[in-house]
Amino acid sequence: MKQFLIISSLALFAAVSAQAETLRMAVTTSFHNSGLAKVLLPEIQKDLALDVQLLVVGTGQALKLGRAGDVDAILVHSRAAEEAFVAEGYGTHRREIMYNDFVLIGPADDPAGIKDATQVTDALSAIAMAEASFVSRGDDSGTHKKELSLWQNAGLDADGFGRWYRAVGAGMGAALNTASGLDAYIMSDRASWLNFGNKGGLALLFSGDPVLFNQYAFLPVDPARHPHVKAELVTKLEDWLTSPRAAELINGYTIDGETLFVFNAK
Amino acid sequence: MRHAFWLVVTFDAELAEIALRSLRVTLTALVIACIIALPLSALLAVRRFRWRRSVIAILNALMGLPPVVVGLIVYIFLSRSGPLGALGLLFTPTAMIVAQVIIIVPLIASIAHQSLRDLWAEYHDLLISLNVSQFQKMRTLLWDARRALLTAALAGFGRGIGEVGAIMIVGGNIDNATRVLTTAIALETGKGEFALALALGFILIALALGVNLLIHWVGQTERDSRW
Amino acid sequence: MVTELFPLILAGAETSRRGKRLVGPVDLSLDGQGLCVVIGPNGAGKTTLLRLMHGTARLTAGRINWACDTAEARHHQAFVFQRPIVLRRTVEENLTYPLRLRRVAKAVARRSAQEWAERVGLSDLLCHRAGVLSGGEQQKLAIARALITEPALVFLDEPTASLDGRATREIEGILSHAKANGTRLILSTHDMGQARRVADKVVFMLGGKVHETGPATAFFEDAATPEARAFINGDIVE
Repeated sequence: MKQFLIISSLALFAAVSAQAETLRMAVTTSFHNSGLAKVLLPEIQKDLALDVQLLVVGTGQALKLGRAGDVDAILVHSRAAEEAFVAEGYGTHRREIMYNDFVLIGPADDPAGIKDATQVTDALSAIAMAEASFVSRGDDSGTHKKELSLWQNAGLDADGFGRWYRAVGAGMGAALNTASGLDAYIMSDRASWLNFGNKGGLALLFSGDPVLFNQYAFLPVDPARHPHVKAELVTKLEDWLTSPRAAELINGYTIDGETLFVFNAK
Repeated sequence: MRHAFWLVVTFDAELAEIALRSLRVTLTALVIACIIALPLSALLAVRRFRWRRSVIAILNALMGLPPVVVGLIVYIFLSRSGPLGALGLLFTPTAMIVAQVIIIVPLIASIAHQSLRDLWAEYHDLLISLNVSQFQKMRTLLWDARRALLTAALAGFGRGIGEVGAIMIVGGNIDNATRVLTTAIALETGKGEFALALALGFILIALALGVNLLIHWVGQTERDSRW
Repeated sequence: MVTELFPLILAGAETSRRGKRLVGPVDLSLDGQGLCVVIGPNGAGKTTLLRLMHGTARLTAGRINWACDTAEARHHQAFVFQRPIVLRRTVEENLTYPLRLRRVAKAVARRSAQEWAERVGLSDLLCHRAGVLSGGEQQKLAIARALITEPALVFLDEPTASLDGRATREIEGILSHAKANGTRLILSTHDMGQARRVADKVVFMLGGKVHETGPATAFFEDAATPEARAFINGDIVE
């Protein structure tokens, strides 16, 4: 009996998967929740024999991981923060890959009446006016930063909001769960919303304002600052992500017949 | 709920891989933690040294150590810009093992120390009279208290396998690399995929129960052969 | 072959804890012939005196000298406690334990354990867990475990105090057998009957001090001190 246990446990520990070349990339939750990664990663594995390990975090933390040198590259969507990252010398450059868009989600009966708004600022003003429950990511992510800038564009200050404005400090999925539970409004990227499995009484109420377009960019961590990063592999990955093959896969990715991302790498 | 059950029954390869990784990380951490904690607890039982009481008090206090804090500290140490960054261990199963060892050593040592202390009170006069060495005292106590120590190890396993805060931070929940049952549950809950999260939860519970029963059964067979 | 431990000489030997003297000063010389019984009322310091001689109580003043080196003497001693201490193992494993500590080969130790189990009447119980034995069986086991290393001297601290008559008689039989084989025994008891049955020499203790010593026959016939005479008569002595 004891021998059997020892042997089986040894077998368990010996089962180390065959190591391909690996690369670590920090990506945002919204990118990961879209499901696009599940399409792209196997193709990358096939074409480049490269195993891309994704760290799924908010944009703020993704940039911090890059600063610390704990990842080799970053794929995020917060232009100002990205440019600062490159300017401070942590990243070699910023390469735009694709964009998707944000949408406003809320209770299907739309108590604040944002369905027919023409601009996103009008929709947000209507929610604030009605003091209808609104869930904010509140986690310093790209989505959160975007939301704050939109409130500002509407001439409102999110810090001064009352109890109807709830900052949950969580990822997109968790925030959507909260909104679903509270029957609240929330801003989400389209992909996360479409893939979200617990929609409850929520519905997509507003989208299409060009301000809501959401640009994803690829940033390699500077090997001059962190010599251990796999710069060569990162270049290979970047070349692949900007290739016609990636364009085809990205543009062709749909959920329920809806296109989510538009490839726009130059 | 039914969907979750169906997922468990079909038990696809990815689920199996995640479950095996959970088991591998926690069992490795458990073995290392026992190698540290058991001799330490025996030493604390048999030896009267100056800082003994303080060490015991610290161990008891560390039992309630929040895993998230352990994760954060390990993260800071293992980050490329941290003191041990050159090892490149962050976001690897090794980092998760390190964090779990730190979390469960105080637990195992505290529980083990309590039973070893009682046994030492029983054996003290005899072992002193037999003039046995410090090492032999520890060995005798560890061997004769082995059943109680198994319980301590099981408590450590339970805490390790169900832990999410620390390994999420130091492992990064990377698909095919550091994703284990608990972090996968957190992820799937985040995606609103409650059925899958629940299925993973069933597997987690089954694993914890299974290991407990297995060890109980091993103890049982030993008892049967003895008397 | 046999290391000679005796004569044992205690000169002004004392042990105190937190400034309170528990035993002593004791001046005593033992030639180790036969079986020496330490008697006296409860609290007289019998147990502490035995531990002091064995080296497991701290000597805070005076000295204790064996005929050989103290560490060497300790190696040839064993101690049996009033409440039997058995390891949480089988009877056989209890018996082999001191032998295994002395690096005796496993097979030799097991054979020896079987012999001793037979001698003390525990053969049928070899595979049982020691914890399930009766008090008398446990004490016989403890005595066999003490004798198995063939020590030159065995201390026994009230070994039958909590046992019934039959177990007491069996244990006294084992002890007289050991004495006949040349093992020196120092036994403490507050049971006068037992002292009369087994003693060759008597050390009478009172209030932490040795009050009187002498050969057993002389002591029981005509003790020198009134306290000893009173104790022998069964009066309460403090």
